[in-house]
Amino acid sequence: GTWTRAAAQQTLTEADLLDMAPTGKLSILHITDIHAQLRPVYFREPSVNLGVGPVAGLPPHVTGADFLGLYDIEPGSPRAYAMTSPDFAALAKTYGRMGGLDRVATIVKHVRAERGDDNVLLLDGGDTWQGSYTAQQTLGGDMVEVMNALKPDAMTGHWEFTYGTERVQELIETLPFAFLGSNIYDSEWDEPAFDAWKMFERGGVNVAVIGQAFPYTPIANPRWMFPEWSFGIREEDIAAHVEEAREAGADVVVLLSHNGFDVDRKLASRVDGIDIILTGHTHDAIPEPVIVNDTLLIASGSNGKFVSRIDLDVADGKVTAYAHRLIPVFSDIITPDAEMAALIDKVREPFSAELARELGTTDSLLYRRGNFNGTYDDLFCQALIAERDAQISLSPGFRWGTSLLPGQAITVEDLHNACAMTYPAAYRSSMSGGLIKDILEDVADNLFNVDPYYQQGGDMVRVGGMGYTIDINKPIGERISDMTLLDGGEAIDPEKEYVVAGWASVNEDTEGPPIWSVVEDYLAGNPVVTIEENRSVKVKT
Amino acid sequence: GMAAFGFSALPALADADATQKAIDEFAAGATPAEGRISLTAPEIAENGNTVPISVEVESAMSGDDLCESVMILADGNPNPDVCTFRFSELSGAATATTRMRLAKTQNVIALARMKDGTVYMDRKEVKVTIGGCGG
Amino acid sequence: MASKPRIKLPKKASAGEVITIKTLISHEMESGQRKDKDGNAIPRQIINKFTCAFEGATVFECDLDPAISANPFFEFTAKVNESGTFKFTWVDDDGSVYEAEQAIEVA
Ligand SMILES: [Mn+2]
Ligand SMILES: [Mn+2]
Repeated sequence: GTWTRAAAQQTLTEADLLDMAPTGKLSILHITDIHAQLRPVYFREPSVNLGVGPVAGLPPHVTGADFLGLYDIEPGSPRAYAMTSPDFAALAKTYGRMGGLDRVATIVKHVRAERGDDNVLLLDGGDTWQGSYTAQQTLGGDMVEVMNALKPDAMTGHWEFTYGTERVQELIETLPFAFLGSNIYDSEWDEPAFDAWKMFERGGVNVAVIGQAFPYTPIANPRWMFPEWSFGIREEDIAAHVEEAREAGADVVVLLSHNGFDVDRKLASRVDGIDIILTGHTHDAIPEPVIVNDTLLIASGSNGKFVSRIDLDVADGKVTAYAHRLIPVFSDIITPDAEMAALIDKVREPFSAELARELGTTDSLLYRRGNFNGTYDDLFCQALIAERDAQISLSPGFRWGTSLLPGQAITVEDLHNACAMTYPAAYRSSMSGGLIKDILEDVADNLFNVDPYYQQGGDMVRVGGMGYTIDINKPIGERISDMTLLDGGEAIDPEKEYVVAGWASVNEDTEGPPIWSVVEDYLAGNPVVTIEENRSVKVKT
Repeated sequence: GMAAFGFSALPALADADATQKAIDEFAAGATPAEGRISLTAPEIAENGNTVPISVEVESAMSGDDLCESVMILADGNPNPDVCTFRFSELSGAATATTRMRLAKTQNVIALARMKDGTVYMDRKEVKVTIGGCGG
Repeated sequence: MASKPRIKLPKKASAGEVITIKTLISHEMESGQRKDKDGNAIPRQIINKFTCAFEGATVFECDLDPAISANPFFEFTAKVNESGTFKFTWVDDDGSVYEAEQAIEVA
């Protein structure tokens, strides 16, 4: 962080970010996991992202200096800032915010102008409609309006479903493009509930796009909000749709997936005939395709920070050459598209005063992403213990939630970027030590099961008021040990009851104030946030 | 978010002996072999009270090449019995789907008995989860 | 205890075709292993047998145990050689029998 911002930016131009020697006639653009971030944001990538079994040490389970080494990226460079966590706060001051759908629009229009409208496919991997104050207030309506203007060709979904069946159907009705879900079935008659795939003629070839929604949506999110739909990986259905698409004349088969990276890596090894998997859900930004069984796996990050461009040369129904670029959306360098900027201003305008209302300031870098803890959730856990008068607090390991730099004010917008959702109740309940352990074991298995098909792609639930040790390579029931109350150091007794506060329960009858009220109240009494390094989780790898 | 509360109508009480006894009775002296039958079930149950399971048995369903029945067991329920499908030539194919209760993470077992007395078996572990915190 | 069964099968088929049939019936499928608020066991009451017949000949049957979910669902196949009527029967522990019929035209 020794460069001045101006000097650093002089080294990067819009042309550096957008220009690419073309390959073939067809370009595919991929965006995913925008989480309703219309405007540029700070988003710190994880410093801890562990893989188990055969994927230990493989992308995306490579972070920090190892990541920089693997991809030959200079520490402190713009790409280092975009894709890794070291020195984040300082680099953020140098390179500025990333993303913004007006900048994304500039990239999309640039590629469409360069390649020709008929030769470009724009695909959205989902987790698009949720994650901000304005998305929450409009139940996804702001995102649909803005995304429709970006004119994607297809999308799939995950958090979209947390607006409930009726709202999802209502929004999908208004889409001028396809919402695809090969793995979504009606739960009563077990029949396909969405279009599984769609053929597009682009770049003179037939491109089949199969949509795959997040398989564990009814488990990771409240099933009662969309009881009509059943999900699952349904690998055999994907294989059948690949075959169907090939028979219908597809030259290129693309899986627009919200499976999560490790699930897609396993899927690619078992299902033949997929040219490209556009991965999502696990929020990984990987600068080169990972190739498995002749399938290119593309990971395009989250929060609007990146757009992936894949150029393809296709002959005789086969991809003969490709070029790939993970385009980092540096908001100070890419000129906002004026039309899109105006539309974003328009959808935000009714909420502008509330969005800007300041609740406090932070002296510490606040971020969420990482396998075990993040400072933003440490704040949430502190607020839950204080405001809900609890011994232990739990905060879900979501991978969305933007970052705040030391010295920044915490606005209503910032707070909601970390907790905007349709089931925000902050519960307070009594749980036995045994039940708390069962919960930790269960969530740990969702993250560290050696078979990726049993992983749900979140991070570990974050814990306040209690420390523990985790051995990620053990089976379920044996990973968690040494559970200890931080206040007094007493070991957790499986038979004893503890007062636990948390939020985002998937149970329908959960009661409590919304988490944003809890944190706002806490900030009112503690307006300057300082988070000490969290040493309460000991990790064995 | 945490589910962490009761999710099944059945208390958990695994009984390995009861499962083996049911397999032996169904097999009637035959040794269950791998192949011919495939069981499809979700990796993780969305709801332990209604877990979809399907079986498909390779069989011409005519003459001597006929799958007579398929028994489904669950080795971690209080009682392993789930159901028994019976097929006929008029079935056209030995395939069936139903929905079952799983009290906890366990193996679902499917056994097919063919007209010639041979028995085939497939199994799949289905995880029943209490907490979900997907990002 | 059960409500009107629902059936899904094609109205028409060609001779020799293997069609898919789906059935649903509303029923609690009380397992016999639950307790009420006062701790008393709730007695078992389930549908214990399902049968599908075509013109009097058995097509598919299922013996059900308490581990089958509430509102039992079945999907299975039938080979149809001529026009006729499928008859579906569900037998309750309490002796009740629920029935449904649906015709198919075979060309
Ligand atoms: Mn996401
Ligand atoms: Mn997701």
